[in-house]
Amino acid sequence: MADAAIADAAEKVLASRPDKAQLIDKLVAELPEHVVLHAEEDLRPFECDGLSAYRQLPMIVILPETIDQVQTAMRVCHANDVAVVARGAGTGLSGGALPMDNGVLLSLAKFKQILDIDTENRRATVQPGVRNLAISEAVSHLGLYYAPDPSSQIACSIGGNVAENSGGVHCLKYGLTTHNIVQLEIVTVDGERMTIGSEAMDTPGYDLLALMTGSEGLLGVIVEVVVKLLPKPERAQVVLAAFDDVRKAGDAVAAIIQAGIIPAGLEMLDSPAIIATEEFVHADYPTDAAAILLCEVDGTHAEVDEHIADVTAVVEREGATEVRVSRDDAERAVFWAGRKAAFPAMGRISPDYYCMDGTIPRKALADVLIGIGELSKKYGQRVANVFHAGDGNLHPLILYDANIEGELERTEEFGGAICELCLEHGGTITGEHGVGVEKIDQMCVQFPPDELTQFHAVKNAFDDKGLLNPGKAVPTLHRCAEFGAMHVHNGELPFPELERL
Amino acid sequence: MTTSADQTEQLTERVRAAFESKSPLKLTGGGTKAFLGEQVEGDTLDVTGHAGVVNYEPGELVMTARAGTPLSELEAVLEAEGQMLAFEPPHYGDNATLGGTIASGVSGPARPFTGAARDFVLGTRIVNGQGQALRFGGEVMKNVAGYDLSRLMAGAYGTLGVLLDISLKVLPLPRTQITRVFEHGPSEALTQISDWQRKPWPITGAYWEDGKTYLRLAGATSPVESACEKLGGETLDDDKPFWRDVREQQRPFFSNADKPLWRLSLPPAAPMLDIDGDCVIDWGGAQRWLASDIDAVALRRIVKDEGGHASLYRGDASPRFHPIGESMLALQQRLKRSMDPAGILNPGRIYPEL
Repeated sequence: MADAAIADAAEKVLASRPDKAQLIDKLVAELPEHVVLHAEEDLRPFECDGLSAYRQLPMIVILPETIDQVQTAMRVCHANDVAVVARGAGTGLSGGALPMDNGVLLSLAKFKQILDIDTENRRATVQPGVRNLAISEAVSHLGLYYAPDPSSQIACSIGGNVAENSGGVHCLKYGLTTHNIVQLEIVTVDGERMTIGSEAMDTPGYDLLALMTGSEGLLGVIVEVVVKLLPKPERAQVVLAAFDDVRKAGDAVAAIIQAGIIPAGLEMLDSPAIIATEEFVHADYPTDAAAILLCEVDGTHAEVDEHIADVTAVVEREGATEVRVSRDDAERAVFWAGRKAAFPAMGRISPDYYCMDGTIPRKALADVLIGIGELSKKYGQRVANVFHAGDGNLHPLILYDANIEGELERTEEFGGAICELCLEHGGTITGEHGVGVEKIDQMCVQFPPDELTQFHAVKNAFDDKGLLNPGKAVPTLHRCAEFGAMHVHNGELPFPELERL
Repeated sequence: MTTSADQTEQLTERVRAAFESKSPLKLTGGGTKAFLGEQVEGDTLDVTGHAGVVNYEPGELVMTARAGTPLSELEAVLEAEGQMLAFEPPHYGDNATLGGTIASGVSGPARPFTGAARDFVLGTRIVNGQGQALRFGGEVMKNVAGYDLSRLMAGAYGTLGVLLDISLKVLPLPRTQITRVFEHGPSEALTQISDWQRKPWPITGAYWEDGKTYLRLAGATSPVESACEKLGGETLDDDKPFWRDVREQQRPFFSNADKPLWRLSLPPAAPMLDIDGDCVIDWGGAQRWLASDIDAVALRRIVKDEGGHASLYRGDASPRFHPIGESMLALQQRLKRSMDPAGILNPGRIYPEL
């Protein structure tokens, strides 16, 4: 299909006006009535995901209970040219599961079973609605766990983790979702069930497992996941190092890596984040520090002893003003408490906050932090930085008040400027939260038209009608042209809410 | 150091011309992986001239190099900084290039423990089948902007795009490495290896051959030594040549050329298969090499029943890679067309129909 035709298909779906009553009739003719929701009060809980600034009631919600029902739902929607947005736990931070008023929201919330635990091969077969943390809890007695641990792990589901290629605190050592799954069952846009990947360590033909992971629900619906399980480390220990200068803290991150240590986690908080979290959870962070590093090492007792000594020596050499080593698991939990409470802590000092997700080469940490500080002055908005320093993955939290006219718009513009700052330093606009609707315009900055066109062509190989999660993740060239024009003329992004779909 | 040259323009131009004339291209690097997959008919597109390290900063754990760069040269550059390609790529000859390594997606004995070639790909620059130079992914550890077309290139044998540059995550060399040897039958070895892998030990290789299990531990010094104490077994002195020979198929098992050589990719704990022939076990059970005259269809049925697949490394059966189902093949054909609409990039290399 020609590029123009692909783009037309996407725009046609976005602008379509399916007959709701007719579609309900067709769905309940083949599905149990109780899995098809269409009354406003039943739709309300699905109007947003974790990016709650964007809200939209779906036309219809389908809550299937079996893979057969998912296949049926997809077949009916496909036959009627109706768009489908798949949703897991709805904790995503980029609006990837934002519903459409002219489309179906397919919730996988009822797929909550752990189907099999294979100790010999160290794997678990789970349904997509299983919570991330529930997997580790279910295999803990076997001395095993599932490594990727997004901060929402208590609530987020594994299907959503696969769709977003979620990360977490322990990625540098243990990898992202894409490194920790071996097989998927998917339902295609026209209702066919397919196996992606295999129980072996590779699969003949193309590596569709890599392609499907992080595809944000645009290529297929995930209905089953086989994850890898790892042996639990004997011990984990944390070094807390304070610095009086952000640049020194950034250099210490690189120095730890260069010393040949791959920490299990390497996190950084800047001064505003330290102060806010300290007031909130009293983790006894040094509130006069410009930045603190939390460096966790794990493994056997001998390994942890060796690496803790190395890390301590490195941060002292790099000019840490204070170094603490957790003495036991209770103290380790206290060290982490501040980091883990960073987001809710922002809720105490600001009515709303906006979380960014750019990733940069580690060497640019200090420059980008300083750049964000300058942008903060320019936009007149406070920002606190917490981030996965080991991965170079930043989470600047822009503080704002949605009740103040125009402040959300200004915040989004500020966020866009942070994305572009990350790109200038050789980074990416999103490390682990996904593009969704939130960063779709910045995709036009990160990728030239030929790359975007290639993405659309790949999408077309899976979904030629463009029905799966349209308007997310990959912008049309038309949209980029509009964004570019507005960008140049005003330096602002006054998109009305509807345009954001 | 060999020459460093950027031939992006020449390669792009060659592909564009081939696209316009619809004439197939046969992609070649050092030729060391030419025996994998099917033979390709087409005009030769040699990428070895597009070579050199583009960017390497040890503190970032990232190396970007051009596809034609000799693998041995890259490994030397990394070693000088105390780093390595942790998927331990097989060379299968002196002239192996980075591009061929990633295109074939091959990984060495460390694969189950540290990851496969695809796991270390952070970004690629490619020429698609229309002669457009495109960049996907990047040089950062985490990147979820756009579809992951970079990792898709690993194991695609150049059929979706000509690799130009590849950015890889690299890792520090282990401070200590020790190999322990145990007397085991094959089934006993599989059980034992599975048990060991449930311990948080720094295992980086698990191989069985002719009544002996070879277990490699590598990493920080103290955990390697303490794990060895708990494990027992005999230490294999000077173990590096041993693991190189496993990686390069230079063990005596591989030199017996009388019978076809099959690679069986299986769930690691799959039982020993009842097949007439000789077998060695690598990847802790997940990769088994079989020298056997067994009929291809019969073998593939047995292996598939265990959740695996069988590909031919030496011999005449066709297709050489394990066939995939009809609807999966149709999807992969559509994916191929989306990147190479005229079907000019290494057509038929993976399957005659792809």
